[in-house]
Amino acid sequence: MTAPAPAPAHTTVGSQRASFARVLRAEWTKFRSVRGWVIGMIVAALLIVFVGVFLGANASIGCGPNLSGAACLPKIPIGPGGQAVNDSYYFVRRPLTGNGSITARVTSLTGYYANGNGTAQTAQGPPQANLAHGLVPWSKAGIIITASTRQGSAYVAMMVTGSHGVRMQWNYVNDTAGIPGAVTAASPRWLRLVLTRGTPAGTAAGRSDDTVTGYDSADGVHWSRVGTVQLTGLGATVQSGLFVTSPLASKVTPFFGGASTQESPSQATAVFDRVGLRGAWSSAPWTGDNLGRHWWSPSDGAGGYRLSDGRFTVTGSGDIAPIVGGPGSGGVPSTSISQPLVGVFAGLIAVVVIGAAFVTAEYRRGLIRLTLAASPRRGRVLAAKAIVVGSVAFVMGLMAAVLAVSLGLPRERAQGQYVMPTSTLTDVRVIVGTAALMAVAAAFAVGVGAIVRRSAMAIATVILAVVLPFLLAVTVLPLGAGEWLLRVTPAAGFAIQQSLPQYSQVDAAYPIGAGYYPLPPLAGFAVLCGFALLALCLATFLLRRRDA
Amino acid sequence: MRSHVLSAEWTKLRTVSGTAWLMAAVAVLTVAVSAAADAATKCPGMACPVDTTKLSLTGIQAGEALIGVLAVLSVCSEYSNGMIRTTLAAMPRRHTVLTAKAAVVCCLALLAGTVAVLGSLLAGRLILPGNGFTSAHGFALLSLGNGSTARAAVGSVLYLGLIALLSVGIAAMVRDSAITIGVVLGTLYLLPVLAAFVANPVWHRRIERYTPMAGLNIQATTGLRSLVIGPWAGLSVLAAWAAAVLVAGGLLLQWRDA
Repeated sequence: MTAPAPAPAHTTVGSQRASFARVLRAEWTKFRSVRGWVIGMIVAALLIVFVGVFLGANASIGCGPNLSGAACLPKIPIGPGGQAVNDSYYFVRRPLTGNGSITARVTSLTGYYANGNGTAQTAQGPPQANLAHGLVPWSKAGIIITASTRQGSAYVAMMVTGSHGVRMQWNYVNDTAGIPGAVTAASPRWLRLVLTRGTPAGTAAGRSDDTVTGYDSADGVHWSRVGTVQLTGLGATVQSGLFVTSPLASKVTPFFGGASTQESPSQATAVFDRVGLRGAWSSAPWTGDNLGRHWWSPSDGAGGYRLSDGRFTVTGSGDIAPIVGGPGSGGVPSTSISQPLVGVFAGLIAVVVIGAAFVTAEYRRGLIRLTLAASPRRGRVLAAKAIVVGSVAFVMGLMAAVLAVSLGLPRERAQGQYVMPTSTLTDVRVIVGTAALMAVAAAFAVGVGAIVRRSAMAIATVILAVVLPFLLAVTVLPLGAGEWLLRVTPAAGFAIQQSLPQYSQVDAAYPIGAGYYPLPPLAGFAVLCGFALLALCLATFLLRRRDA
Repeated sequence: MRSHVLSAEWTKLRTVSGTAWLMAAVAVLTVAVSAAADAATKCPGMACPVDTTKLSLTGIQAGEALIGVLAVLSVCSEYSNGMIRTTLAAMPRRHTVLTAKAAVVCCLALLAGTVAVLGSLLAGRLILPGNGFTSAHGFALLSLGNGSTARAAVGSVLYLGLIALLSVGIAAMVRDSAITIGVVLGTLYLLPVLAAFVANPVWHRRIERYTPMAGLNIQATTGLRSLVIGPWAGLSVLAAWAAAVLVAGGLLLQWRDA
């Protein structure tokens, strides 16, 4: 008679998983059966929605006979990439049907801008006393191939700039550097664009076989290729020629988290010669056009051009570039998907209270001893707590963010605020990111709660770590120090809410207060995750060593 | 009678090990954050629009959170361990108990606040001249002999005392320590963040003028005309909030079972 073999003492992987599921279920039961925590999560969601939709909304502006906000919305061109863009310049053009190239030499680029208190952005010719000679860093003059003269058209351009050398730019957001240095009569710049049309078969198949290559040269003999671009959306006939434009001179004084920005209009004049055309150009004469809205022009209220002895003198004002948010956006009262989500700070405090209390309440009531007796693997208890409260916070945050955005944005539009277009991918990242912010903050609070074991101290620590750096960065600290804080503290996580990118080819303040963070969205979020993980690891270590 | 109550509250708070640590932490955190803000701010040229007194008192915005914790410690912990029933059995005049508690916590906050403010100003006096805030650039050395700096310093200490009273009042109303500290920190930090982000100018003004955050205006020594509410008026707004919340807390303590 043999006794049955005793069950193996060690547990298998499968049973380990099952036991973790049990711990998870136990924690979930604890969470949902405490009415205060469930109510707390609902309060957090309501705070996010209320603050975002009602307090976050801008003041109403009224236009038109009925003083409706929607009537104030400016008609802003949208570029091929879906961004809101400025597309205004003086254009001396001829049609081109088929392959072709354009070459020009720029021998001079000069300009004016309004100084002093030149804040009147749309004034019709300010007093001459306010004018200063000089170029804005991103004054642009050069050659361009564009699908049409409609604003927001696809284009490629080679240009000289005020202080960024030769650039090749296309479709508003793309920018490549060419020869550095300023243009003078002694050191002119040669620019060339070559258009190669795709095969009709390729165009019929929907491929973009049209390519444009940009070249620059300092002497007209030795050329170097700056870039080659594939373009879609060019019709059978394109418009090509010379252009000049000059954006608002923006004087940014960075201080106190934001920055004070003075914007004033500017105008540039360029001299072109040795203009050479090859290929299937139309025989029509050159036509000069002001495209789009010009800030102003000191000479005659608009740009213009003069042609004598093969020398073109072209004057223009405006910009061909994406519009950015905040100060520097050129006077457009704009907002973005991030604005209705400012309530995240309110939700965050509520979620941190719940996350910390989820742990510290067990210590206060002595339940922790029972919990650890039931599941002696202490690290798992903590992980289960973080997962449960994090998941609830995520679901709550997701619903609240969707609600805040879907209620908030129509309200902004109705109040005359232009909502900057963003891609669907960006919208999803901002909304899901807000929910993830809630989840990670709650998990962070679980970790700190298990380390400190006293709810008040744990909550104060997490709020001080997450919210205070942000507050100091937007209110007290100079820009540099504020940016540093938003790189190294858990407050870096708010970067996941940034919806509008910074462009190196647009000079603007990009203040933190307008939603521009020093770290890229995912990198900033990773910093917060790192802090949460660190807290949870330390908490696990301490939970194993200390008596409960 | 009242001195007994006071000494009882004092004994309770004194004999808890957390109190001394918290007070030390208030002073250290305040001075550290102030000094860091001083060190981060430079004045390279002539025109630096910096209120050096306010800058060197930046740490108050960190230290105030721990004052809130101190208040929670004194009130809510009695509820969580049941001590409150003993307290009220021994001293049945409930509003006297709350008054004594508020007085003791407020005194501790004033004490920690004095050290924190003096330390912060000293740090500013030592650090700021090295960052270009010199008399050549139009900045005098920080000194309590300067009237507005003295007002900001005294006012900041009073501000911390009022935050302690406000927190005790909230704690008496809410009783749960986690929710209390959440409400206190929400008041201290959410309002300024909202004031910075709320685009609606009407709400922006309301938040800056009529909420407890108006109290921080006591730190301003320059550009007083552009303030939404003056220094002492702002501190009075905070005092009114603290008084209202304390009265509400006292009434609830009277009416509810402990």
